[in-house]
Amino acid sequence: MFSLKQNSWFIRKVVIWRAVASIAWSVLLLPVTTAVFVLLSRFSLFHPIQWISDCTSLLTASSTIFSLVVLCGVVLITGFFNLEFYTLVPSIPCSRMALLGTVLHPRQCVHSLVYCTMGMLVMWCASVTIGGRYSTLGAPCRQSESGEVVTCLNEYHLFLLLAGAFMGYSHSFLGVVQNMYYVSFQPIQQYKYPRFKGCLPMVVKCSVIQALYSARNFAALYFFFGYVPKTWISSTLNLQIDSSLQPLDSLTGLLDFSLLYHLSISGTFLYLTWYLTVLLFRIYVTEAYSFPVQSTFTEDAEQCLPKVLVEKNTFVMKFLALQDLALLSQHSLSRRLEVFSLSQPGGHPHNWNAISRECLSLLSELTQRLVAHQDAVASNGRVKSQSASSDTRSASSSSSVVSGTEDIAETPRLSVPLRTPGSVFKSSVGGANSALTAPFTPDVDSPFSSPAIRRLVGQQDPQSPWFGTVQSPHIMRRGPKLWSASTECQSNGSPPASPATVSSPPAASQKPSFLAQWLQNRKEQLPEASSQALFADCQAHIWALQGLSHLVAASFSEDQFGVVQTTLPSILSCLVVLLEAVDRHFKLPHASSKPGRTICSMGDSTYKTLRFALRAALKTSIYKITTTFGEHLIAVNISTEHRKRLQQFLEFKE
Amino acid sequence: MCSLGVFPAPVTAAQTLFERNNELLSALRPGEHVQPCDLPSPQFTRDTLKGHSRPESSSKSVFLDQRDTLWMRSAGAWRDAGLYGLLDEITNSAEEVPRFLAVGSACVLALLRWASSFHGSLFPHLTLSRDEMVAEFSQMLDWSDSALRSFAWHPHTDKFAVALLDDSIKIYKSNSSPTPTLKHRWQRSVCALQWKPLCGSALAVACQSCLLIWHVDPASLSTRPSSGCAQVLSHPGHSPITSIAWSPTGSLLVSASPVDTSMMVWDVAAESGVPLQRVGGGGVTYLSWSPDGSRLLAATPAALFRVWETRMWTCERWPCLKGSCQSACWSPDGGCLLLSMQGEKVIYALTFSDLTGGSKAASVVADLSETTFPGPDGDLTVGGEVCSLSWDPRGERLAVLLRGDSQAVNHPSVIAVFKTRSSPVFELLPCGFVMGELEQSLDSCSSIRTSSTALCLLCAGLTVASLTCRFTSAALGF
Repeated sequence: MFSLKQNSWFIRKVVIWRAVASIAWSVLLLPVTTAVFVLLSRFSLFHPIQWISDCTSLLTASSTIFSLVVLCGVVLITGFFNLEFYTLVPSIPCSRMALLGTVLHPRQCVHSLVYCTMGMLVMWCASVTIGGRYSTLGAPCRQSESGEVVTCLNEYHLFLLLAGAFMGYSHSFLGVVQNMYYVSFQPIQQYKYPRFKGCLPMVVKCSVIQALYSARNFAALYFFFGYVPKTWISSTLNLQIDSSLQPLDSLTGLLDFSLLYHLSISGTFLYLTWYLTVLLFRIYVTEAYSFPVQSTFTEDAEQCLPKVLVEKNTFVMKFLALQDLALLSQHSLSRRLEVFSLSQPGGHPHNWNAISRECLSLLSELTQRLVAHQDAVASNGRVKSQSASSDTRSASSSSSVVSGTEDIAETPRLSVPLRTPGSVFKSSVGGANSALTAPFTPDVDSPFSSPAIRRLVGQQDPQSPWFGTVQSPHIMRRGPKLWSASTECQSNGSPPASPATVSSPPAASQKPSFLAQWLQNRKEQLPEASSQALFADCQAHIWALQGLSHLVAASFSEDQFGVVQTTLPSILSCLVVLLEAVDRHFKLPHASSKPGRTICSMGDSTYKTLRFALRAALKTSIYKITTTFGEHLIAVNISTEHRKRLQQFLEFKE
Repeated sequence: MCSLGVFPAPVTAAQTLFERNNELLSALRPGEHVQPCDLPSPQFTRDTLKGHSRPESSSKSVFLDQRDTLWMRSAGAWRDAGLYGLLDEITNSAEEVPRFLAVGSACVLALLRWASSFHGSLFPHLTLSRDEMVAEFSQMLDWSDSALRSFAWHPHTDKFAVALLDDSIKIYKSNSSPTPTLKHRWQRSVCALQWKPLCGSALAVACQSCLLIWHVDPASLSTRPSSGCAQVLSHPGHSPITSIAWSPTGSLLVSASPVDTSMMVWDVAAESGVPLQRVGGGGVTYLSWSPDGSRLLAATPAALFRVWETRMWTCERWPCLKGSCQSACWSPDGGCLLLSMQGEKVIYALTFSDLTGGSKAASVVADLSETTFPGPDGDLTVGGEVCSLSWDPRGERLAVLLRGDSQAVNHPSVIAVFKTRSSPVFELLPCGFVMGELEQSLDSCSSIRTSSTALCLLCAGLTVASLTCRFTSAALGF
């Protein structure tokens, strides 16, 4: 999550303006959606002419204009929240506790509160627009015994207002659960207008479905608990309750077709307003940006592709730069030539060196992350076999958990910190999701974490580019293996020394407290969440792979000075090492299971399949290089094992 | 312009075997040796493949009629035939339901039929049944009767996949290796197959209801990969799928259905699709991606086709005079598109260029009207409508499958092979005809590919035979 205070030129000059443009378009679309809403809310089949004339007079009325102004305010706040909360790397809670923590986080509470208020505001506008019995909170009524006219509570108005608050909260809640603020990039490039047009039916469908679900849930909620706000409001505002009307928290009161129709129509309008803002923001932010490869002026140097790629703090700029690299490597001959060119005095291939170094360091960072995760899981398995007796207890206590089938999930003690790569590798992911989840995902410094993990994290230095692709995978694997061996020794030799073991009593006779048990159960990992979290930012790696492989393939015919040849061995071995790591990752349980199809929702679930996309992109890029270079690869200086693997690719046996 | 009259007379006696010195030969001279193509020639006959003789919905007639309650029948009708079936059932059992319900459903049914007939009169192909539609827009000569429904060469290795009448797919490599058979619950009425470029294992299959992506491990010895190896991609309203095209980089897959006005661009690994909608034409029947990946042809059932550029995905409309586009192929550099139209016996060429914008209208490059060659046992007529076109990846040979007259004995379907050259002007030169064995018609001319020295062309009838045309670039000598 980036903050507006960050002083990056890209945020100031590009992202802010894109957000402003998207908000402006959402505001411009408001009159259209309002007009459609007015037409639908006043719909009468048998008096079409009166219907049309009513609507036109209503659209020009001052109350509608005022409603529009209020709605503009709502859209502005929504747009601001989009800009403030959007993320390119989804935060994936790895356990139920973490999810709960995210939902109860103070920041999220403020968000929910604001959305509740906005929902009430929109619903107030809607009820004023619908008019009739919905228009005001107080209505004159005649008391039955005395016959005098007093102001009564208009329950219909209250019903709609509460529905707005409910829908606002559920929007905010679902935003967390479905990662509403995650912005994913489309597989193809399109202009903004065709893309908007293509997405519009989906957005309308989603808002209708969501409104119907919310209306159903709210009606049920109001049926059971509706009397609480009703009595509260009537007592604080000193409004009478009209006893002559049917109360709405009864079955006959709720089975009012007109009421339910207006509820779902206004709910659709509410969701559509928010979803359109989100959609426009996504379209604007993910629009491709073309960075210059090199500049003649030194003051523009920081805006050039090689400099921008190295940037670590501004995630959106890094992603767009990598996307631009992937696009230029496929579509633009002239920009490729700039990448392969030499610097004017000196004749150094600075552009190519910077670009390839950054791509390789990204890829090797991913390799390291995968190897560390595999190792963590592997050491986990060994520990499990050691303490089988205590595991039977925890297994029986956690049998109610959905993910009980996952065999590594049966050891909650040691594995809690291990199973949250999102938190373990927080630093390498860039802390983009840390703001929301950090206080609740198990921390490295917590007493629950094993020393092995602390060392693991200590060893992890994402800032140092592990550029030594000349290293054989054996050396690379040996490092983590050593740590895990020491973990094993330690847990074998002196179990009480480990704080993790102290935290949960090893003897089966000692019954753990109910709360601890409950917490343990909730800390059971959601299946495949760790795998998703590990690959959460993989879109960047996919672009790096595409860009690198296409540039290398293009260099076969376009690279006049042979600048690519010098880095070819390191590129090839980096790709092969990554492929081995990815292959081993997919052998883990749950890593290769496909997520279920999501039904229509605005939340983007692309991140769930990113690991498959990465594997496919990786294989395709190796194939791209091997088919282009063919037999020439034999002359490239790489290790024998890598050569064997590449031979498989040359024979199309992968 | 090239016409069939300048072709050398076809050899009718035997199957054409190979090409040497610009001559298509059917037999070896004694003492000669041709390096054999190490590929199997499997034989398929209709009798061994039990197809689905009747569609599932009509199997009802086999069983005795049993009166159910109205609720059961309505539920069954809803499940089998959707809203139409339900309304039909209610209308037909008027004595059991309230009168207003029967009258209402009859009215709604009439209204729906009227609306769909109006829609059908705009786009006549929508009135066809699903199987008829697939047969109409398939690249095969006789899709519904042929034992072989589709065929695909692997773009990089000696491997091919065939889809058969019984909805199974077989993959053949060399003569010795096992031949995996792919079967899946959703794999019905296969209309097109394509191997993923830059990949050894992925095969896309266009089925009646969805798109299947098989991952067949080349190193595996299994002859029956489980259906877990297949990814299912589907989108509501996007079926039957009649054409698929992988991007040359293997990153995207485009699928088209004549019923759906939008074509889907899939990111296969992520299983996400982006619909690209253009209403005109009423659907998309045929797709062809240019080898350099910059353009994509999308033909519609109406007299209109579109050429998409694949950078920002905008399209050019190309209206045709008559008939829809039946088949097309791109030159290796993506600069030239050859097209054939339904009902016309010519090949058109279109040029595309980033600098000049390309041609404003298509030009005729070959005339394929009927020509009669005198032969030893009577005259032989050759020529007709083009069923499919394919160009080898090096841009030296063009194979054209010409539809014959199934009634006439001496008018078979043949493959005409052209030599192509692109400089100084684009030109087609005659090479020869490829004939099937006697009594066999050629069903498909699916694909043509080159390895380093050999060019293989598939002629599929009741036999899959590989014809190896051996030539080297230097020996072409125009």
